[in-house]
Amino acid sequence: MPKMTLSHFETTLVFALLASVVLAVVTKRTDRDRLRYGLKSFGYFMLTVFGLSWLMYLGHR
Amino acid sequence: MSKKAAPPAPAYPPLPPIRQWLPVVVAAWLAPGAGHFLLKRRYRAAFLAGSVLLIFLLGLMMRGYLFEPMSGDLLTTIIYTGGFIGNMATGVLYFMTKWFGYNQPDVAGHTVDYGTKFLVAAGLFNILAIVDAFEIATGRKD
Repeated sequence: MPKMTLSHFETTLVFALLASVVLAVVTKRTDRDRLRYGLKSFGYFMLTVFGLSWLMYLGHR
Repeated sequence: MSKKAAPPAPAYPPLPPIRQWLPVVVAAWLAPGAGHFLLKRRYRAAFLAGSVLLIFLLGLMMRGYLFEPMSGDLLTTIIYTGGFIGNMATGVLYFMTKWFGYNQPDVAGHTVDYGTKFLVAAGLFNILAIVDAFEIATGRKD
């Protein structure tokens, strides 16, 4: 098994993507709703990541 | 004499016989996506299986730690037993990993730490898939 090292951002990106896919598949009833929910969920994940990153950056200046 | 009001309709239909949903739940646990596949939801099965498999493999490649149940203080018990349940929820992925001798120590470092979380997250994703398969098998969801 090859070893892999991901940065904090890459790890968060992969997790957000896969969590959004799973949540969209299990919570919504139509394909259209799944797609919309998945994109929305991924967007919120990213918004939170960038928001918290800036907050930590500014808090440590 | 007043008429009796009809009882309100149940929020969920009654649970069907166990043989109708138990094989689906067991299959969904053992092989991620298999429950949906048995229920002929093939696209959903593919997405769920792919997501669980990918995050589990990434966890292994990042040399994540597989939890063993451990007792001690309350926090240790919750973390290690909860982590063990999360790992076990990936079914055959967990058993094969153990069978092939994967035994990474719980060491400090962000990559290993993320790997450990990915391995548990794979199990949590599969628990969501198991519950979804159960709801479809019992007729509570399409």
